[in-house]
Amino acid sequence: MPEAILRVFRGGPEGGAPVDYRVPLAPGMVVLDAVHSIQANQAPDLAVRWNCKAAKCGSCSAEVNGRPRLMCKTRMDSLPLDQPVTVYPMKAFPVIKDLATDVSWNYKVNRKIPPFQPRPGVEWKMDQRDVDRVQEFRKCIECFLCQDVCHVLREHGLQERFGGPRFFVRTAGLEMHPLDGVDRTKLLKDELGIGLCNITKCCTEVCPEEIHITDNAIIPLKERVVDRFYDPLLMLVRKIRGAP
Amino acid sequence: MTSAHETHEHDVLIIGAGGAGLRAAIEALAQGARVGVVCKSLLGKAHTVMAEGGLAAAMANVDKADNWRTHFRDTMRGGKLLNNWRMAQLHAQEAPDRVRELEQWGALFDRTESGDILQRAFGGHTFKRLCHVGDRTGLEMIRTLQDRGVHMGFDVFMECTVMRLLKEGGRVAGALAYWRETGRFVVFRAKSVVIATGGIGKSWKITSNSWECTGDGMALAYEAGAELLDMEFVQFHPTGMVWPPGVQGILVTEAVRGEGGILRNKNGERFMEKYDPKRMELSTRDVVARAIYTEVRESRGSEHGGAYLDISHQPAEYVKRKLPSMYHQFKELADVDITKEPMEVGPTCHYMMGGVRVEAETGQTSVPGLFAAGEAAAGLHGANRLGGNSLSDLVVFGRRAGLAAAAHAKSSAMPALDPAEIEASERQAVAPFGNAGGESPYAVHRDLQDMMQNLVGIFRNEEDLKRALGELEKLKARAARAGVEGSRLFNPGWHLALDLRSMLAVSEAVTRAALARRESRGAHSRIDYPNTDAAWGKKNNVLVKKDGAMTLFESPLPEMPADLKQILAEDQ
Repeated sequence: MPEAILRVFRGGPEGGAPVDYRVPLAPGMVVLDAVHSIQANQAPDLAVRWNCKAAKCGSCSAEVNGRPRLMCKTRMDSLPLDQPVTVYPMKAFPVIKDLATDVSWNYKVNRKIPPFQPRPGVEWKMDQRDVDRVQEFRKCIECFLCQDVCHVLREHGLQERFGGPRFFVRTAGLEMHPLDGVDRTKLLKDELGIGLCNITKCCTEVCPEEIHITDNAIIPLKERVVDRFYDPLLMLVRKIRGAP
Repeated sequence: MTSAHETHEHDVLIIGAGGAGLRAAIEALAQGARVGVVCKSLLGKAHTVMAEGGLAAAMANVDKADNWRTHFRDTMRGGKLLNNWRMAQLHAQEAPDRVRELEQWGALFDRTESGDILQRAFGGHTFKRLCHVGDRTGLEMIRTLQDRGVHMGFDVFMECTVMRLLKEGGRVAGALAYWRETGRFVVFRAKSVVIATGGIGKSWKITSNSWECTGDGMALAYEAGAELLDMEFVQFHPTGMVWPPGVQGILVTEAVRGEGGILRNKNGERFMEKYDPKRMELSTRDVVARAIYTEVRESRGSEHGGAYLDISHQPAEYVKRKLPSMYHQFKELADVDITKEPMEVGPTCHYMMGGVRVEAETGQTSVPGLFAAGEAAAGLHGANRLGGNSLSDLVVFGRRAGLAAAAHAKSSAMPALDPAEIEASERQAVAPFGNAGGESPYAVHRDLQDMMQNLVGIFRNEEDLKRALGELEKLKARAARAGVEGSRLFNPGWHLALDLRSMLAVSEAVTRAALARRESRGAHSRIDYPNTDAAWGKKNNVLVKKDGAMTLFESPLPEMPADLKQILAEDQ
């Protein structure tokens, strides 16, 4: 039976090292299958998160051959198997053990975002075209691969000042909800630090749901922030009217 | 209570953060209760995210003739009249309000031309009834409920597994759990506990269920003295993926058939004509699953032992818009473009109709202070669940359980915990570390799955079921001796060793109930008793722990009021 070598990071917060495992290949096998095979036959204490194995829950995020991916969606036959397949935990988050990382920071950011609040007296009718735009953002499965690849978080570690692509997508889904009545532009500017994003589109490239994160979420939100806080004409109008 | 333990106190403790658990939490919070939610995975990853097709509610947005009576009748007929009539009534009456509520909390359903919530056709439903978001309705529901609950302020304990319910005398007093990350124990003290842990699919080899679906809640409730009902009724969804091997069992939504998908065998015959000429592909799941299984057994199956499901006659853009995740799933995992070629599908263990026996109105179990809702609870679906009735079940009965749990907490004092009970349970939990060199829990799990697949599958007979009971005893002995390597830090082997206890308990309950029911009804098909037996249509099987052993008794169905009987008698 043909085999592949998986080079899997083993270790914890204090460090670790890759370990090579030989795994028998089966047709259509994905990287997560290979990791499960290691657990069942070689290393039962190998830590990995997964749930649905169908790209719907966003749990099995890792870096396969250096690229942030869902392991359940990464076919072994799409990788060069004449060399070891490296499987590392997401780099932008602290390692708990092996492939499991501490993603709790994301849940803290989410708490800062005011939830959906309908405008007073709305009629609950919506046009499919308006809904389509928002449904794109609501496809997000919170795999956090966009957070992992974002250089503001990954290279510069600005977690305290920046919300990351996932939460721009989340905010866009609320801001563009046809019936929502909350203004989140101040939050985007101050707490989520949207100005720090310089639209390199790395997030869009890794999104397994193919959400156009940069074009459809981040850029329109940046425009809203600019309109709200930096448009000289609007600033003048607000000043005359005495609005904040 | 020993001070060495991390201990948390709540009015209401909810075990499970899927649709039912989150909806229960929201309702208990709204009643002013302090609420804790414990879940085995990260918040938002519960199995509900995999629900695809939609949420059944008689909103009459598309088919104006729809109403709760028709939904009630469809549900009862789908369940072969074994359902708890009161649950089926409440469910049909309240589902539309629960859908509107989700929308008011920010959920965005697909729309009709006039801007209302769009509804699609599904198996066993007389009218177009499923409110949906493409084929990712469950994700929309989870996100909506998750954000609502987080902002209302529940305490959430993620990646934390409950291994025992604690009691004070006869009443529930809390739960003992361990943190998956550190392996440390944690005690939850609570006035009310809600079981919302979902299903049991991980006991079968071919399943659409995630690793979490190990029947923990049913096993916990059973150990605490609660009753299990209708455990013989395990739903095999007709359409799971069959090829390649790694994806075997992954769900192919019924929405494919709802949107016009056609089933064919290898000879190109539309075989549902033989099994249910009236409803064809949109027959109930038990019928379609048996049809596919029969075609395969009689050598008319597809290349890899399934049937062909074809939606390619619909315009490609329509398929991509209405079934986006199916399109991607087949393209990426199976190299199949469903807009151009048929899918290969076969039955997969999907849903548990049985579960913890509860009162219809409140979700109250027979143990004071203990409630259950969602898939972990039994009654609504009877012998077979209709597609779309699960998501609506979660919100209707999640809400009711949360309400009742909060009311119970208001009228009772904080219970005392028994340190000896906790310590004994902890010793038991770490036992696998003492079995150095013992068999891997993964090997025991694999053999359990093979055994349940072969002996307690779609078609059953007395010989197989008796053999299964014998095999379960052997597997229990092997599980008790299984050894674990490494430390208690995030150790999946150890976690599996503990989950196995739940899986073995529910597997035994399924097998005992299946052996007792000498007839075929809904999802329970006995080759040796192929017909429906009117006498069995009047009673449920109940399992309870008595003197340390699993004991079965029959319980008569509650008498249905005349007005509901009248509804059932009407023909559409």
